[in-house]
Amino acid sequence: MTRMATAALAIAAALALAAGGASAQAPKRGGNLTFAISAETPHYDCHGSDTYATLHFSAPFYSTLLQFDLPKYPAVKGDLAESWTVAPDLKTYTFKLHRGVTFHDGSALTSADVKATYDRLRNPPAGVVSTRKATFSDIGTIETPDAQTVVFKMKEVNAAMLEHFASPWNCIYQAKLLGEDPNAPKTKIMGTGPFTFVEHVKGSHVAGKRNDKYFRQGLPYLDGFKGVFTLQAAAMLNAVQGGQVLGEFRGISPAERDRLVQAMGDKVRIEESSWTLNLLVLFNTEKKPFDDVRVRRALNMAIDRWGGSQGLSRTSTMRAVGGVIRPGSPMATPEAELVKLPGFSKDIAKSRDEAKKLLREAGVPNLSFTLHNRNLAMPYTPAGIFLVDQWRQIGVTVDHKQYDTAPYLAGMSSGNFDVAIDFSNLFMDDSSLGLAKYLSFSRAPENRSRSMDAELDSLYDRHMRELDPGKRRGLIQAFEKRLFEQSYQAPLLWWHRIVATHKTVMGWEMSPSHNLGQDLARVWLNQ
Amino acid sequence: MAVAEAAPAPAPAPASPGPAEAIAARSRTAALRRFCRQQPLGAVSLVVILAMMVAGLLSEVVAPYDPLAIDFAGILSPPSWQHWAGTDAFGRDVFSRLIHGSRTALVIGFASSFLGSTIGAVLGAASAYFGGRIDDLIQRLVDILLAFPLIVLALVVVAVLGKGLVLGIDVNLICAIAIPIVPRVARVVRAAALSVRVMPYIDAARAAGYSHVRIVFRHMAPNLVAPYLIMLTAHIAQAILLEASLSFLGLGVAEPTPAWGLMLSGNASDFFREAPWLILFPGLAISLAVFAFNLFGDSLRDWLDPRFKL
Repeated sequence: MTRMATAALAIAAALALAAGGASAQAPKRGGNLTFAISAETPHYDCHGSDTYATLHFSAPFYSTLLQFDLPKYPAVKGDLAESWTVAPDLKTYTFKLHRGVTFHDGSALTSADVKATYDRLRNPPAGVVSTRKATFSDIGTIETPDAQTVVFKMKEVNAAMLEHFASPWNCIYQAKLLGEDPNAPKTKIMGTGPFTFVEHVKGSHVAGKRNDKYFRQGLPYLDGFKGVFTLQAAAMLNAVQGGQVLGEFRGISPAERDRLVQAMGDKVRIEESSWTLNLLVLFNTEKKPFDDVRVRRALNMAIDRWGGSQGLSRTSTMRAVGGVIRPGSPMATPEAELVKLPGFSKDIAKSRDEAKKLLREAGVPNLSFTLHNRNLAMPYTPAGIFLVDQWRQIGVTVDHKQYDTAPYLAGMSSGNFDVAIDFSNLFMDDSSLGLAKYLSFSRAPENRSRSMDAELDSLYDRHMRELDPGKRRGLIQAFEKRLFEQSYQAPLLWWHRIVATHKTVMGWEMSPSHNLGQDLARVWLNQ
Repeated sequence: MAVAEAAPAPAPAPASPGPAEAIAARSRTAALRRFCRQQPLGAVSLVVILAMMVAGLLSEVVAPYDPLAIDFAGILSPPSWQHWAGTDAFGRDVFSRLIHGSRTALVIGFASSFLGSTIGAVLGAASAYFGGRIDDLIQRLVDILLAFPLIVLALVVVAVLGKGLVLGIDVNLICAIAIPIVPRVARVVRAAALSVRVMPYIDAARAAGYSHVRIVFRHMAPNLVAPYLIMLTAHIAQAILLEASLSFLGLGVAEPTPAWGLMLSGNASDFFREAPWLILFPGLAISLAVFAFNLFGDSLRDWLDPRFKL
């Protein structure tokens, strides 16, 4: 009897706990989320940007065709698309759009808006920059048989096309707005996202309020949000610690994590992941002496990535050594192969001797130049300090200059630099995305080294058509070999993502990319 | 006559100073001794300043390590016999960076203070000498500049000018620090110059038909040297502090250049809990330098200004 009573009590307690747990996890409506954005976007246009500063600002105002399903990453799910079909030959993609979707001005979204958006992405008009131009160049035609249907017919097969349709950068714009001014999205926000635009106070914050006509019933949970620009890491940490902001969704360093945990105890939630993001060393191939492959290769070979990885991973967000694909992901080049490539040898003394010899041969044994870098403490400043030291060891003098995000990007985009620290900000691991940044400048405006290399373009195209994983991996390695031998640009180190949020922030999902899951539609506050 | 012609030519004069030079040297030594006797705190601060100058000038010899050399094996090492002030988040020797940082502080401190004080002195003297509308114009300009706190004005200037490196020195940063010094010196020098302007010898110089430039620089300036020197030394401390503040805010010199203010920001703000030496030693260096220059400026004022001798 006693045993039965105990068992009954235990079952009742378990059920009560389960019920309590479930009710504790039930999303609550209301409240305003204030979070930190460590950089201020130079413009609002998702299509022409590859910095998170634009996405963390703009994503809550926009929708995309598909989205990544973060708990099942890299699986995708519908956003504006209610359903979709893919032809067996991977050459036709048909999307059915949700009905009743409206832009923030009240006008209805139709397939014409999707077509106008993707036309702008794949073939931007004069004066418009689309950093996804190379990715979507495989699209042959876009048809709109009715207001709710969009059909993409491909010129060539791209095995990862469905994931590209889920790219967070493909914000769907209003066809009417693009017709009036193709550059309007740079300065005007008009989307179908869960939040409507309230204000952007330059140097301070961006604010949005709930879109009451959002097409997903019951979403968003929040009344509104405020993204506060905290350009100084110390200010951001103090704000998180003091509760002025409830989190920062890009990532913090191990030291910053430890500080927050020590100060906030169980009030802070820490989530960690490897990161689809790396820093690149970039040489302006249109400027002397960086038009000389010997100079570029020498500077690339002087960098002790393996030593740097061990040291910098203790104090910064930089961690893993890798090629153009995230280390550890299926298509990444294994370490045994990587160490054979210029700049990745573990015998750094030998590499530096070779580098000095190359500089002498190029006639610039005492080279000096300016390193163009971003004024973001983590991890750009440690990367700059590290590179200055590495190049000093082969007799190269470097003047390190750091700029705020807008002039930093403008300087690189206009080619007004010698050597720069750039970034490869990927939202997935697929090589069709990872390799695109290194294509010829004419095909890929995001290639800020301005290099033109037909061999790399050809290897990329061949790998895109190759459906056999083994052969595809071989082509990626051939691509890397050519890239690092030419050293137009090369990864420095891959990052490790650590995100700290107050435990009152619920519904936000961690992923290997800080570009994903930022529309805030399912985020709610447990307070 | 023949004897005189046969006599050897007189030997060249020994390399000793002539009577006038010797007297001047003795006078300078005596003045220094008098300064040390009358202003012992000033003398101590002078020794500190000279030590900093020697460290800055000979930093390559004095510093035990290369201030830029990264050593990942020695990240955040506490002070020890190998690293007297510990190492930072890149394993760089903090003591060597302090030694090299003194050069940055002194170069920017001296250059900005000299530039700001000199322009301020010229404006102040001109304002007092010409009077009238020129005085009004200069003083209203000075009023406007004085309305801004030193750091705010410097922040505005450095934000507008950006960075401009010439021979590795940020000239725009020097200008940004010098501009807020100008009105402060101009106001003090004008006050001193007003009393000099009414002296009979200035009237005499005017009556003799000397040019304005000659009167200001030959006849007024020597009497303005004392306030000028006092302001110059006092503002070196201000300039060092301002440079440290701007570097701390990320607007001064850039990493990896060793600079005291920069050493207090960056990785120091991340790691000061587990590595307090990252903020302790740069903070001490800034405090010591500012204290020494302020003390020396005060002592110089007491020593040079006859009113303090009454």
